[in-house]
Amino acid sequence: MLASRRLTSVPFASLIRRNSTAGSPPPPEGHLPGVANSQLLRLTKEKALRTPGIVWNDDESNAIVNIGRECRKMNVYQAVRDALSIELTKNDNAVVFGEDIAFGGVFRCTMGLSEEFGRERVFNTPLTEQGIAGFAIGMATMGHTAIAEIQFADYIFPAFDQLVNEAAKIRYRSGGQFNVGGLTIRTPTMSVGHGGLYHSQSPEGFFMGAAGLKVCPYYICSTLPTRRLGLIFMEPKILYRSAIEQVPIDDFTLPLGRAETLVAGADLTLLTWGTPIYHCETALHLLADPPPELAPHVPEGVRKAKVELIDLRSILPWDAEAVAESVARTGRLVIVHEAGMTAGVGAEIAAEVQKRCFFAPRGASEAGNGLGHTERIAICLFPLHPAAFNHLLAAHFVSTVGWVLGG
Amino acid sequence: MASLTRLRASRRLPQLVRGIQTSADTTQLQETPSDLSQPFTVKLHEDSFRAYQCDKPELDVQVTKDQLLGWYKQMQTMRRMEMAADALYKAKLIRGFCHLAIGQEAVSVGLEAGITPDDRVITAYRCHPFAVLRGGTIKGVIGELLGRQVGMSHGKGGSMHIFTPSFFGGNGIVGAQVPVGAGIAFAQKYMEKETATFALYGDGASNQGQVFEAYNMAKLWNLPCVFVCENNKYGMGTSAERSSSNTEYFTRGDKIPGLQVNGMDIIAAKHAVEYARRWTVDDKKGPLLLEFVTYRYGGHSMSDPGTTYRTREEVQRMRSTQDPIRGLQRYIEEWGLASEQELKQLDKDAKAEVDAAVEEAKASPEPLVKDLWTDIYYKGTAPPYMRGREREEVHHY
Repeated sequence: MLASRRLTSVPFASLIRRNSTAGSPPPPEGHLPGVANSQLLRLTKEKALRTPGIVWNDDESNAIVNIGRECRKMNVYQAVRDALSIELTKNDNAVVFGEDIAFGGVFRCTMGLSEEFGRERVFNTPLTEQGIAGFAIGMATMGHTAIAEIQFADYIFPAFDQLVNEAAKIRYRSGGQFNVGGLTIRTPTMSVGHGGLYHSQSPEGFFMGAAGLKVCPYYICSTLPTRRLGLIFMEPKILYRSAIEQVPIDDFTLPLGRAETLVAGADLTLLTWGTPIYHCETALHLLADPPPELAPHVPEGVRKAKVELIDLRSILPWDAEAVAESVARTGRLVIVHEAGMTAGVGAEIAAEVQKRCFFAPRGASEAGNGLGHTERIAICLFPLHPAAFNHLLAAHFVSTVGWVLGG
Repeated sequence: MASLTRLRASRRLPQLVRGIQTSADTTQLQETPSDLSQPFTVKLHEDSFRAYQCDKPELDVQVTKDQLLGWYKQMQTMRRMEMAADALYKAKLIRGFCHLAIGQEAVSVGLEAGITPDDRVITAYRCHPFAVLRGGTIKGVIGELLGRQVGMSHGKGGSMHIFTPSFFGGNGIVGAQVPVGAGIAFAQKYMEKETATFALYGDGASNQGQVFEAYNMAKLWNLPCVFVCENNKYGMGTSAERSSSNTEYFTRGDKIPGLQVNGMDIIAAKHAVEYARRWTVDDKKGPLLLEFVTYRYGGHSMSDPGTTYRTREEVQRMRSTQDPIRGLQRYIEEWGLASEQELKQLDKDAKAEVDAAVEEAKASPEPLVKDLWTDIYYKGTAPPYMRGREREEVHHY
């Protein structure tokens, strides 16, 4: 608590001035330190093949064998393209469509697919989001694999009715006669730093209440889980080019509803998904080794805190077991996301964790950092907009983590 | 793809209906005017319009020398402004999303020439010229794009977020502005105003469901709404033929009559707008569809080079044969209204006006942090305080 008081009493005016964008424009890729040098990226073949939960689809007897598999260096849009290509190759009933996707799409995720698989299977649609969603749902109820692109997640709202009222309810409504297991909606989400109102939103929270859908924010290279799942797949657009990893070239799937612990820790659980993963990584470095302007405000004990960083990976269903297990150990939870806080995904997670962990034994922190035991579970929501991510926000972030640790 | 294009072209050949012609310089002078201060009559090309369930406008149009020179200056200024935005974007001083209307000047200037200040206009994201012509300033538009305090939304909005009292802004969601336009028209009718709303959208947006929903409401309630389709032949990277089963957008209103217009000839454009206004306001015949056949020279947005889905030759051909500014220039010179020198002077004036506005906008400071707390609540209804990103960041109203 002491830490937080001291932190909050210090104005960060000097930092604000230093990071003002007046005079020089922000970098084209936005303020996202960290991705290029992230330790979280799977830069080696061994790491890529050991991605938790990976299942190989090529041969059932071979499904867990990693020997003899190859990887290739890809960024996110190349990995998405690769996944679409695998699906189109293996599944004759798979089609890919959306606005301008035959030319490669605005983010190049479908580059060359129409030439490779033909315009009958990879085609442009008119500008009609509700139409695209309804069309995809109809196709999926016929047993096809319909992979539709909504050009920006901000444009998904005209399709909201189709997705919530038709896609999410068709199985129950038809007495189990129809389902949209073959439906995948891909859409670029989250902010890039200069997108303005209509190209920066993170609407995953709106879909979280739509039981019957699966919502998955996608953050690093891996294959599209298009098989029999019926989901909304959100791709953080700032990572399309900046996140580069080794990606297995074989057909694989990653489990939905399973979180991944990126960094193990015992003092605090830091939960996030999508782009903010890399901001959290940067902030953790600042916390452990604060630059001179931050150092006076970060007590030694806080610097030594072992923070557990968890990537939620999927929003609906979300991995409540894994998160609750972690919070029961650490006794502290900070949730970081880009979307608005009110009734957002973070609010839902905070409520559920509070319910599950209310009577959980308090985390015993014995790392010798003087943090001691917490009296109660401390939960904090931290809204993060990367357009504003700079040292100022990092400082706020550090103060938040410090406050939770101190509290 | 080339072969596909050829196929489609040949399939269209047997059509009996004569297509609209989109040259910018086919209007003929009826008789040489003796007194240039008086209005004189010109005759539009007979294929300047195609009508659906209504009569075509008269082809004889009265114009004056001052009008033509004024439009020339306005179109040239609008083009210069868009070119300045293009340069500022490439210099990374403008960030975010930006859509330019270079090539489509006859529509914005023609629309403004045909309506009154009390009429209302709403459009999509290609909105900069409309904002200026509807009472905004070039400084305000460029300042908004640059994110400066002089911007028309105080530098907090950027492109698409520019409004004036009679201009309801750009809108980034394709097609969303059309039903909003119908609502504005309903208010005009309800208040018994003798005005109309011009709701603009592109050929791409015309396939959005809500556009048809707006048509239906407007016809059902006989609203003074003119639906204006700016058909520049490409919805982002998809040509009209690839996106629309019926590319004759003026016929898509079902019971709403429509008029297709040569959107590269400013005289035809202005004449059609006046016709539409008479239809909805004076004659109270309800909504009308107006389709301007036009062309954008640049890409859909700044990240689109505009050459992957059409040939460079096509753009070049449109620029050299159908440019609205060059077309008007030819009229002015051929009809002896002004010399080449005088027109050059107008070009220079346009450039100087834009350059000065750009400099003023650049000199304006960025919005202050405290400006972030404004424009959230209607004045006087704000709560006592509001929380920012952090618990400690509290603003008291």
